[in-house]
Amino acid sequence: MLLKNTYNEFIKILAKPRSYLGIGALTLLVLLILFAMKADGKSFISFVTASFEQTLSFNGNILNGNLIAFIILQMLIVHIPLLVSLVTGDLISGEAAMGTIRMMATKPISRTQIVLSKFIAGAVYTLILTLWLGFLALIVGKWMFGTGDLIVLNSDGLVILKEQDILWRYGLSFGVAYLALLTISTLSICLSAFAENSIGPIVSTMSIIILFTIIGTLDVSVFDSIKPFLFTTHMASWRSFFEDPVPWTTIRNSVSILVIHNIVLVLIAVYKFNKKDITS
Amino acid sequence: MENTEIIKVQHLAKNFGSFQAVKDVSFTVNKGDVFGFLGPNGAGKSTTIRCMLSLIKPDNGQIQLFGKDLKNHRNEILSKVGSIIEKPDFYRYLSAEKNLAIFARISGKDVSKREIAEMLDFVGLNGRNRDKVGGFSHGMKQRLGIAQTLLHQPDLIVLDEPTTGLDPQGIVEIRNLILRLKSEQNKTVILSSHQLSEIELISNRMVIINKGQSIIEGDVKELLNAQEMVVQLEVNDMEKTLNVLNLRFGSASFKQINERIIEVNIEKQLVPSLNQTLVQEGVEVHAMEPKRKLEDFFMKIIQS
Repeated sequence: MLLKNTYNEFIKILAKPRSYLGIGALTLLVLLILFAMKADGKSFISFVTASFEQTLSFNGNILNGNLIAFIILQMLIVHIPLLVSLVTGDLISGEAAMGTIRMMATKPISRTQIVLSKFIAGAVYTLILTLWLGFLALIVGKWMFGTGDLIVLNSDGLVILKEQDILWRYGLSFGVAYLALLTISTLSICLSAFAENSIGPIVSTMSIIILFTIIGTLDVSVFDSIKPFLFTTHMASWRSFFEDPVPWTTIRNSVSILVIHNIVLVLIAVYKFNKKDITS
Repeated sequence: MENTEIIKVQHLAKNFGSFQAVKDVSFTVNKGDVFGFLGPNGAGKSTTIRCMLSLIKPDNGQIQLFGKDLKNHRNEILSKVGSIIEKPDFYRYLSAEKNLAIFARISGKDVSKREIAEMLDFVGLNGRNRDKVGGFSHGMKQRLGIAQTLLHQPDLIVLDEPTTGLDPQGIVEIRNLILRLKSEQNKTVILSSHQLSEIELISNRMVIINKGQSIIEGDVKELLNAQEMVVQLEVNDMEKTLNVLNLRFGSASFKQINERIIEVNIEKQLVPSLNQTLVQEGVEVHAMEPKRKLEDFFMKIIQS
């Protein structure tokens, strides 16, 4: 029954116009960045490299597909959560508002299975969004700008990564970025279990992200003890794969925190939905 | 009528915060019944039905369907139940057949495209299979709701206010559909309504609930026959009629409406005798109209 309802969820997601809104917006944003980089990328790069030009000499194609993908990921990882929650925040509460959750809940499928099928569908949608981002950023980026070594500006200086040493880093960084977006998806579905309309969970998800991000960036000692446990702290962990050497311990810690967040949020949603009186 | 109990609700109670939606509701539905679940708005009908379908968890009481406890056999029970609660809601962005396929898939029975098409045909929606539900009228959605209810061939059909918001033609169509379910498919139907005439026309048994409590339960005809009825007489001679009533039918009370029309409260079995006596006394009875309706009975019960 879980698989059957997951299939149902895919049909619903595929038929909903808002599902394409996210993919469309993402495509537009990436194409916009690609166009801007094509038009004026060199001055953008020289602005970054200017401070190193007295000590370093940059040769070859610095503005290549690998750098473009990095820039796109960096720019959009903040905005994609909105596109994710636009669809996933609607999965339970949207059905409550429409009244169809009442119809579903009178069928011989357990409420746990209803919620889990929505999580699976949400996870697959998020995966598709992440893969599409990867395709646009990396494949289309390389097609438009060619390939080459990747120069990344980190807090402790410039990191230069050889062309043949990059693809696996992107593979893993997209994996961690997916896990971070999955946490957003899980959070919005969890909030969706508490709401009767679709706007509430979407706005709440974004509010939580903004709040946690502010707490994470505030240099106030009172928040120091909670910062490591906020999922927003680990949303940019994908960047760690572009350090040399790769800080595996930090990445493992981030992955653990994000996985724990996902598990806890799923459990809360399942508990809440099972306890809920469906009066809509 | 077989007397196998399909539904047995005992002392059901449900509170929403401090509001007591259902205080003490008990009733039994037998196999093959078209069971009327009657009560005014806010009586607790929908809450009771939602409890029976596990949408709401009751605070107290027992619900058994098909002889099994709902709490412990939820999925097994719900696979044999088809329902419409208040109004059928569908995915507006999907076609009628896709909506039916979605609900059929989680109803515990594999349903083919052909069966979906046949069901749409049965409820009079043939040719609309691929139309998006968003463009359907309320009546069409209601019929699609019935199709959704029947598609997995349930033994029990629960219809909560199925004619709400329908035009007169729609009401007749749904009523006929319910009667067909009973006559052609021998389904057990529980029909909740505040439209008393609907229950009187369709149901064989009923329960009346008010303020969260079941007041009376039984055979619709027996319950109605047991009541005193009001007969409106149109006669040519009011004086003679009044004499007959006073001298021969002392137990009957009456109210003169005008010079030709009088309303008489009388037990049903005495009506033929009243008619015969009036004719024997030379009174021409131009019309004799029973005014006793379920509404009167219902109001009497509610007010008491």
